[in-house]
Amino acid sequence: MRSAVSIGAVGVLSLVIVLFTGFAGVDGWAVTVFLVSVLLIIVRGRKMSVKERGNAKVQLFITAAALLAFAPWISIFGSVLVKGIVGLKLNFVTSDMRTTVPDDELNLGGALHAMLGSLLMVVMATAITLPLGILSGVYLTEIKGRFTFLVRFVIQSMSGVPSIVAGLFVFTTYVSATHGPTAFGGSLALGILMLPTVARTSEEVLKLVPDDLRSASLALGARQWRTTLMVVLPTVRSGLITAAILGVARVIGETAPLLLTAGSNTAFWFNPLKGPIASLPIYVFGMLQIGTEYAVNRAWTGALVLMLTVFALFFTARKLGGKDKR
Amino acid sequence: MNIVAPIKREMHVVHSRGDKVFRGIVTAGALTSLVILGLIGSFLFARGAQVFSQYGLKFITGTNWSSSMEEGIPSEFGMGPMLVGTIVVSVIALLFAVPMSIAGALYIEFYATGRVRKIMSGLLDLAAAIPSLIFGLWGIQIFTNFGQRWASFLGNRLGFVPIFNTISDNYGRSPFVAGCVLAAMVVPITTSVAREVYSRTPRELIDTCYALGGSKWGAIKTVVLPFGKSGVVGGAMLGLGRALGETVAVYLVLNLNFRYTFRILESEGGNVASLIATRFGESSSEELTALVAAGFVLFLLTLSVNMVASAIVAKTTRS
Repeated sequence: MRSAVSIGAVGVLSLVIVLFTGFAGVDGWAVTVFLVSVLLIIVRGRKMSVKERGNAKVQLFITAAALLAFAPWISIFGSVLVKGIVGLKLNFVTSDMRTTVPDDELNLGGALHAMLGSLLMVVMATAITLPLGILSGVYLTEIKGRFTFLVRFVIQSMSGVPSIVAGLFVFTTYVSATHGPTAFGGSLALGILMLPTVARTSEEVLKLVPDDLRSASLALGARQWRTTLMVVLPTVRSGLITAAILGVARVIGETAPLLLTAGSNTAFWFNPLKGPIASLPIYVFGMLQIGTEYAVNRAWTGALVLMLTVFALFFTARKLGGKDKR
Repeated sequence: MNIVAPIKREMHVVHSRGDKVFRGIVTAGALTSLVILGLIGSFLFARGAQVFSQYGLKFITGTNWSSSMEEGIPSEFGMGPMLVGTIVVSVIALLFAVPMSIAGALYIEFYATGRVRKIMSGLLDLAAAIPSLIFGLWGIQIFTNFGQRWASFLGNRLGFVPIFNTISDNYGRSPFVAGCVLAAMVVPITTSVAREVYSRTPRELIDTCYALGGSKWGAIKTVVLPFGKSGVVGGAMLGLGRALGETVAVYLVLNLNFRYTFRILESEGGNVASLIATRFGESSSEELTALVAAGFVLFLLTLSVNMVASAIVAKTTRS
């Protein structure tokens, strides 16, 4: 009851202040509400003990700072949804930009080529990375050889490699030595960024396999390789799929490396070894660079599709990940 | 009577041939990450070596980056302003991100209950998965309006402090705004590390604090915060590593300009990763070498920050 009264008082007082002073906008409101709440605690605090008053003040500060930390994400989810949905028409997912310029009406053209390009590169990156990631996980949990510490440390450090550096590396070693930007080049760069996530998640899920299973298999006379391949890995199959999905979610939005290694295109390009290919992040980036109204709309819609993809991957991973723990 | 203490029998594991092959393959697979990391370092260094030998330390400290296409006019490559700019933007990001992360982690761990807590930790996981491109898009299209207003507020009132000083009245696309966007991007990382560390605080210690008559804040101040200190430092450094190497989010928000600037509210700044992305498309082969060399410097910088960070985090979260 008391808290309801104080919330009401804070609200009314803030409304008055916002209406009669120059404060405006969401941020103006937030500051006003915060200041009024501080005032309220000071006023009411006279009846409280020292301990209660201190607690109330700290709680207000922590809550406010936590809200401030969460506010940008809510703003991002909201703005991507609201601005992106404008251009989310059927043609966005069924046509490409071959005969459309970015300034055309939103019911013309789309990002099919970009989505297919992203899909192709991500699939290739996963095909390269998943085996390596699982091998790293198996090494860390099954073999535990003399490089255990080193491997774990390197994987951890690799997750900090800036994405543009990965792109620059693939550019200097592969792209500039061959035909220029290609889908394969892009997937190599994505693979480098994906590997640490896949390896770490694989290790985590392999750790969940009970030792009893390994002992049972070994006691039945199976060698280590049979134990690993036929007992340990099948047990965590869905966990390993989770590792792959999390890896994909990590790299699907990567833009910088693809600028250097995959280029861009207005239609889907089928040859992964020759010729630049479009991708969803580059599509968004390019449209944003053009900067006209319709182009920016297209960028927001691309961002919406990208974000929904990431979330879908994320929820799938979480669902699958929960399966193994049971 | 003699009692002989049992002696530990020596055990030898003899792997079968199949196991040897298996272990060899797995070890080789696990070491590829080491190989890749080594290759990245050595290839970038080898490709950029010419620039390092030509310019020496002046490549790091030099203040001019000009690529000359004409005969007779020499090109000059010095990445000083960009390096300083990268650090300035990242430090601004951390100044915002660390306090907010600590508060966010404390709120989720100790204040939020039930559904609020569930929603917030779900949101935290999702936020960590947002691609940096979307942060950049949001930064330039939405956040700049707010950031500009805060910057002009700061500039008008604290303009006498050198770093808040501005020449023009243009506050958008400044290191301040870019730093705020990076802060929003870094907060998910630092918050989850902080939360992880705080959740490991021994329950008995907190209960002891309550039993002695301490308040919730008392318990947090005397037990939880000191306990989690090094973990939070590690998390902040992980965030720093990400902020230093970020490309698109900064590229989209910041107005790249090639000179030293410490006026964080002014609409110009530097960033190594953005420099590479900007100049890459139209660079001559000479400039490309310089860009690769800049990439190598960035690689070393982020790698060392990240190694220290992961060492700290690994030490504090070991159960």
